This record gives sequence, C-alpha cells and structure tokens, in this order.
Amino acid sequence: MTGYIIKRILATIPVMVIVALFVFGLLHITPGDPAAIIAGDYASPADVEAIREKLGLNEPIHIQFYTWVKSLANGDMGVSVFSNLPVTHLIGQRVEATLMLSILTIIIALMASLPLGVLAAWKSRTFIDRFCMIFAVLGFSVPVFVIGYILMYVFAIQLKWLPVQGYKYLADGLWPCIRSLILPSLALGTLYTALIARITRASVMEVLAEDYIRTAKAKGLNSRTILIRHALKNAAVPIVTIIGVGIALLIGGVVVTESVFNIPGLGRLTVDAILHRDYPVIQAVIIIFSGIYVLINVLVDLSYVFFDPRIRY
Amino acid sequence: MATVNTIAASAPQDQVVGQDIKRGFKEFARRNPTVMISSSVLLFMFIVAIFAPFIATDPMELYPWDRLKPPSGDHWFGTDHLGRDAFARTVYGTRISLSVGLIVALASSGFGLTIGLLAGYIRMVDTIVMRVMDGLMAIPSILFAIALVSLLGGSVQNVIIAITVPEIPRVVRLVRAIVLSIREMPYVEAAIASGTRLPGILIKHILPNTFAPLMVQATYICGSAVILEALLSFLGAGTPPEIPSWGNMIAEGRVYFQFKSWLILFPGICLAIMVLTVNILGDGLRDTLDPRIARGMR
Repeated sequence: MTGYIIKRILATIPVMVIVALFVFGLLHITPGDPAAIIAGDYASPADVEAIREKLGLNEPIHIQFYTWVKSLANGDMGVSVFSNLPVTHLIGQRVEATLMLSILTIIIALMASLPLGVLAAWKSRTFIDRFCMIFAVLGFSVPVFVIGYILMYVFAIQLKWLPVQGYKYLADGLWPCIRSLILPSLALGTLYTALIARITRASVMEVLAEDYIRTAKAKGLNSRTILIRHALKNAAVPIVTIIGVGIALLIGGVVVTESVFNIPGLGRLTVDAILHRDYPVIQAVIIIFSGIYVLINVLVDLSYVFFDPRIRY
Repeated sequence: MATVNTIAASAPQDQVVGQDIKRGFKEFARRNPTVMISSSVLLFMFIVAIFAPFIATDPMELYPWDRLKPPSGDHWFGTDHLGRDAFARTVYGTRISLSVGLIVALASSGFGLTIGLLAGYIRMVDTIVMRVMDGLMAIPSILFAIALVSLLGGSVQNVIIAITVPEIPRVVRLVRAIVLSIREMPYVEAAIASGTRLPGILIKHILPNTFAPLMVQATYICGSAVILEALLSFLGAGTPPEIPSWGNMIAEGRVYFQFKSWLILFPGICLAIMVLTVNILGDGLRDTLDPRIARGMR
C-alpha cells in the first residue's frame, strides 16, 4: 500500500512537468515578442525592454524554463507585472474567498446529489427519477452565469433575501460569510450536482440489481440500511471518481462565478491577470489550480481501497 | 440500422426504395423521439442563423433615442445600452454560437481521432502522447482558453483554437480506449496475418468502430464549446465585443442587470436552450447508436 502511494505520487511529477511546460510555453508559442505582448499595445520600447529585463526574457529559453521551475520549487512565484507585488502575496490575499466558496459548494452539491441520485435509482421510472434526470440534463446545459443571474434576480433583487454581490470575510463572522456565498455556491454547484447525481443514479441502479441486495431485502433489513450500507457503498467507486474529475469543472466554474458575484478570490485574480496580461500571475494560478486537480485525483485513487476492499495495491 | 437493411434488400426498384426510406425514417422517428425533436430544434436554429438578415434588422444599427428600452412591439427583446436592437443581436448571435460549436466539435474530433488511433496502436507514441494528454487535461479548460485568447488576441478564429485544444484529450482518450479493445479482436489479427499494412488496418478495420461513440462525444463537445464561447466572451477574453454574440450581450448587459434584466435574460435563455438541445441530442444519439456505451460515458 505504502509502495503504491509513493508510486502514485511520483506519477504526478511527469504530469506536472507537462503542465509546467504548457504554461511556460503559452507565452512563447504565441507569435510575437512576449515582452511586447505583456506590455500591451500602448507601451514604449523602453517599457518593453524593462519588462524583458525583469522577466529574464533575454536568456536562452531553456535557461528561462530552468530558472522559473527552480524558483517555483522554492515557493517563489515571481512578481506581478501589473501591481508589482509578489505573486504569493496576491494569491494569499485571495485564497480565503475561493476556498470558502469551493467548500460550501462541494458540501451543498454532495448533500443534494447523493440523496437525489440514490432516490432516483431506488424509485426508478417514477416522478423522482424523472425529476433527477431532467435536473441532470438542465444542470449540464444552463451555463453557470445564467444560473447565477437568475438566482441573483429572484433571491437578491426581487425577494431581497440575500446580498446581491460581494463577499464578507470570515473575520466578519461565519454567518455573514456563508450568507454572502449561498447564491454563488448554488450557482456553481448546479453543474457539479447534476454530474454527481447522474453517475450516482446509474451506479446505484446497477448495484441494486445484484443478488446481495435481494438477500439483504430478504433478511428484512430496512430500506435505508440497504440503500446506504449496501447500495451506496458498493456504488462508491464511480461516484468518487466523478467527484474527482468534476473538480476541473468546479475550478472553471469558480472563475466565472467569482466574476458574476464579484467575489475577490483566485478566479477573479486570474481573470484580472489575464486581461492585464500579468504573466507571472497567470502562470502561478494555472499551476496552482492544475496542482489541486492532480492532487485531488490522487486522493480519489487512494480512496478506492476504502470503498472497495477488493482493490489492493 | 433498419433503414440500411431495407434499402439493401430492395435496391433494384427505385420507387420502392423511396417508400422504404420514408417508412424507415418514420420508424426511426417513432423509436427515437428525442433525437427527432432535438434535431428539429437545431435545424430551426440553423435556419435562423442562415436567414438572419431576413428575420431581423441590422444588429449594429443604433437607435440612440431608444437606449435601454424594455421589450416592445418595435424591439421584441428591448434595446441595449447603445440603443441596438437586442432581438437582432440575439438572432445574429445564433451564428457565432452554432459555428463555434460545430467547428470545435469537428476539429477536436478530427485531431483527437488521428492522435488516438496512432496512440492506441503504436506503443511508443502511446506513452508520450498520453502523458502530454494527462498534463493538458489537468489544466482547467476555461483557464487554458482565456489565457490563450488573451495572448493570441480576441477573434472568432482564436476562440475556436482556444476551445478546441483543451477538448482534444477527451477525444484521444475515448478513441484510444476503443482502439485498445479492438486491436485484440480476431479479425484484426487475421488482417495482420494476411499482410495488411498498418494504415490499412487502422483505416479499414479500426476506424469504423470509433464512429458511433465519436459522434456522441462530438455532440457533447459541441454543447460545451457553445458554453465556453459564451463564457470567454462574458469574461472579456473571447469574441471581439463588436460582434453580436450571446456571451458579449450578457457581458454588456451585466452592468445594467439590476434594473434592465431583459438584457441578460434573452441571450441567456437562448444559450441555455441551444446547449440543452445539443445535449439531449447527444443523449439520444448515445442510446440509439450504441446502448453499450450508454452508461458512464461522460
């Protein structure tokens, strides 16, 4: 087991190297002078030269890559071209909002999708099942920002139950913070909920056809025990997998949701950085998000052992 | 499938064939209502996109005295902050969404198919390609796309490139998985034994097996490409703002959203309907073409 864990973690290294190459390459494969691209359309030649100097763009390309990776490994992500602050400082400022939003979204999505999927599978071909499937297709199809604006219109502007936009920091108290994130996490969570509910329904349905479920019923176990202890646990592997894969969607959604609801998180930082062509920030944020995705999927792989003892590494 | 058989059985008589096709089509429509309904809706959208100039007025025309007007008889969807007719812009926006969706679906399937075939069949290519694909998949596609567009510059063409690239790994994985299972089939072994060359094996024996799942996947890609285009435009790193696209309309309308909600509502609803239709078509195709892949595809 320990051997497998080490192997699995080592296997993420090539993936992250490729990610780093892509992120690094983004600036260099695009036609034109990278320094001029970062400086923008109205920069003087001196500005361009200054940026080139600052980012070390005069060095040969492999040296640039080496220096960049080396400083990344030391936790140094460079300095923002736009605000002149260290990138780590900018990210530190923004982490809280994104973290809170993601946690709340995942909690809401799991609390909604798992019961919905299990119920739909159990009562298959009934009203609940139809509802689940319609919700799943709708959740896939309606873009995050459309859902966000609809929720905002109904619950914030018309009913005035919740704040329209903005974020309250945890320092202002837990409840105001959560209150400011309810609509964003509902909007962000819809796609994720739809995804998980759909897979849960499919895999629970398959498990419910197994003999041991019939045995459990014959033993006279109540349906809640059967559904949770027998069906859901045995259906867990594909569900956990999709939870991991769905993190990619969630990260993409964070970027959009934070823009819609004006939340000062990493997603907004990214969009602002991209619009300002603040390259050190763009690189850092993409690396961080990709790293989180890879890490979560390692955890998902390792969790298989817990859900299915037949899987041994 | 029934259609093909009936055509083959009655090939000599043209008239009979015509009737059979008609009957076969009716039979297909009866069995697959979702495919029929969703493809009719899409056909309608195509017609709207193609005949946009006949349906709506000029989307660029300004009515400065009619700025931010709610929906009325003159302007069905109201007017935006520059006094442009929102209905005309919505109708023309269909063009952008449909063409981006279609081209991305075709391009990413094309590239993905080629790479996937080679990776699935040639071991050496496989190791390298799949590591690259893993890396590419680890980068959230929205981030990748906005970064690429902001560096390449905003244009419809660059938006298409930026959406296509992150979709390719999904196709590659699908195709590769199919190739890996098909290459062990006896008829492939027989082909190898009888001296068929590598291109022949790939094209004649393996390629046809990928079509059905690929078509389904391409449909889903089309749906997510439509969403991504709108998201990119919404975030300000997509289709240039002067081009009427649904994402741009929503981006421009968001400032006035609290009081002029129709500016976002109409393009938002159109966007949702289009993606919904494409996804339902995908589900329908999946169930029709290959019931085996009906589960856990996405």
